[in-house]
Amino acid sequence: MKYAGLLVMPAGFFLTIAALVLFPDPARRGVFVFCGLAVECLGLGVAIRGHILPRGESQP
Amino acid sequence: MNPIIPAAPPPAMSESLFAFVFLLLLVSPLAIAGLALTNTGLGRSRSAAQAMLGNLAIVAVAVVVFAVFGAAIAGDASSSGHAFHLAGKAWNWAGSGRLLLGSAAAGPDGSFSATQLGVLFEFLAVALAALIPWGSGADRLRLAAGCATAAVLAGIVFPFVAHWTWGGGWLAGLGATFGLGSGFLDQGGAASVHAIGGLSALTVVWIAGPRKGKFPKEGFSTAMPGHNAVYVLAGCLVSLVGWLAWNAAGAILWLHAPLSALPVTALNTVLSAAIALVATSAVTRFRFGKPDASMCANGWLAGLVASSACAAVVTPGQSLFIGLVAGVATPLLVELLELAVSIDDPSGAITVHAVAGIWGLLAAGLFAPKAGQLLAQIVGIATLLGLVLPTVYLLFALLNRVVPFRVDPDGERIGMDLHELGGGAYPEFVIHRDESYR
Repeated sequence: MKYAGLLVMPAGFFLTIAALVLFPDPARRGVFVFCGLAVECLGLGVAIRGHILPRGESQP
Repeated sequence: MNPIIPAAPPPAMSESLFAFVFLLLLVSPLAIAGLALTNTGLGRSRSAAQAMLGNLAIVAVAVVVFAVFGAAIAGDASSSGHAFHLAGKAWNWAGSGRLLLGSAAAGPDGSFSATQLGVLFEFLAVALAALIPWGSGADRLRLAAGCATAAVLAGIVFPFVAHWTWGGGWLAGLGATFGLGSGFLDQGGAASVHAIGGLSALTVVWIAGPRKGKFPKEGFSTAMPGHNAVYVLAGCLVSLVGWLAWNAAGAILWLHAPLSALPVTALNTVLSAAIALVATSAVTRFRFGKPDASMCANGWLAGLVASSACAAVVTPGQSLFIGLVAGVATPLLVELLELAVSIDDPSGAITVHAVAGIWGLLAAGLFAPKAGQLLAQIVGIATLLGLVLPTVYLLFALLNRVVPFRVDPDGERIGMDLHELGGGAYPEFVIHRDESYR
């Protein structure tokens, strides 16, 4: 699961870049840039969740 | 990829301004010294000598690697870079400097050039960025691993981000290419130094894992307080001096701020740190009944880090708000990361540097008068989270296979000082062994 989260994060970044390139309209561009950031935050959440250790363990 | 037309050269610098910025840059390493003291104090006494030696070694490795490889990638705003073209726009992604610094460190025909000072600024910045993950890996990260992570950060990660933000790269050019305000603003290194360092700290903690006994099978996590609160708090005071110089130098070099803007920049830096300390003290007083010294230090540093992004572009009132948010969020996030998601970060670097740095970058956009500045800052933050963090994780995971990050269990039990250096930092004191996991 941790790797899935780390793979989702670049997807959010490319969504942000795509928004810059594809939408000259500031409002629509802003919405899609925020969406890209939201996807990254989702990926970060999944990555953090994937790294939570079972209690008592010290190494992943 | 094609070399692009050089970006607008920085304005000519008078001899007196050159001398003034140079003096500021000579004072700036106090931020590094303060952070080293704080990180050492937040670790355990049986690892103190290894921690402090690691601080020195990491600064040394980072500076050497950056001089050999990194500075060529980072480039500078006055020279051409490498770019690819997408949708009719040039995306300047890497500098075109020469290995071993080339001519970057020497001024053209003996003149006083902002480029020289910019290179010096980047050398200090890379040392600080590489130092940040070391505090998070305290008490279990091997010295060799700390130096190896510093080499990766200084040779690959930092140079690209420094070029994008300071060297005329695509993030700095968002204003010109897409009409997003003045492009991505990062005058004091909130992105290039603190966010990179903090996100790298997160990957180090993920890969190395928590200290033995930190998260027992039952009950809450074990408290492992720092061994010297005086180091921690003195480090904060030393850092303030360095930060004042750092933010002022960054404002002149990257924002071309006039000298008359520097008093407000310095005031904003102090205000942000001060209100953050007050807020953290109040939150910990409310949560635990008494103010927590190490948490207050983290709050102070979080205020300074947040100011790195925006001290030169906000008003004192806005700076107070920025520091207040950083100060309230720091103790809550440190606790949340430890208790809810089992992240063992002895120095609190993930919160102090990554979260506060990103907050400062966001605040610079929120309070900017120019339209589109907020979007430029968000694109920069998205780059840090979506591109830099996974890349650092991948590089560190590969590095961990070559240079294992974590010390063996015996080393962790007897302490890093004895295991790695053969002697302790405090030979006349009784050092307690870890008996929590027999």
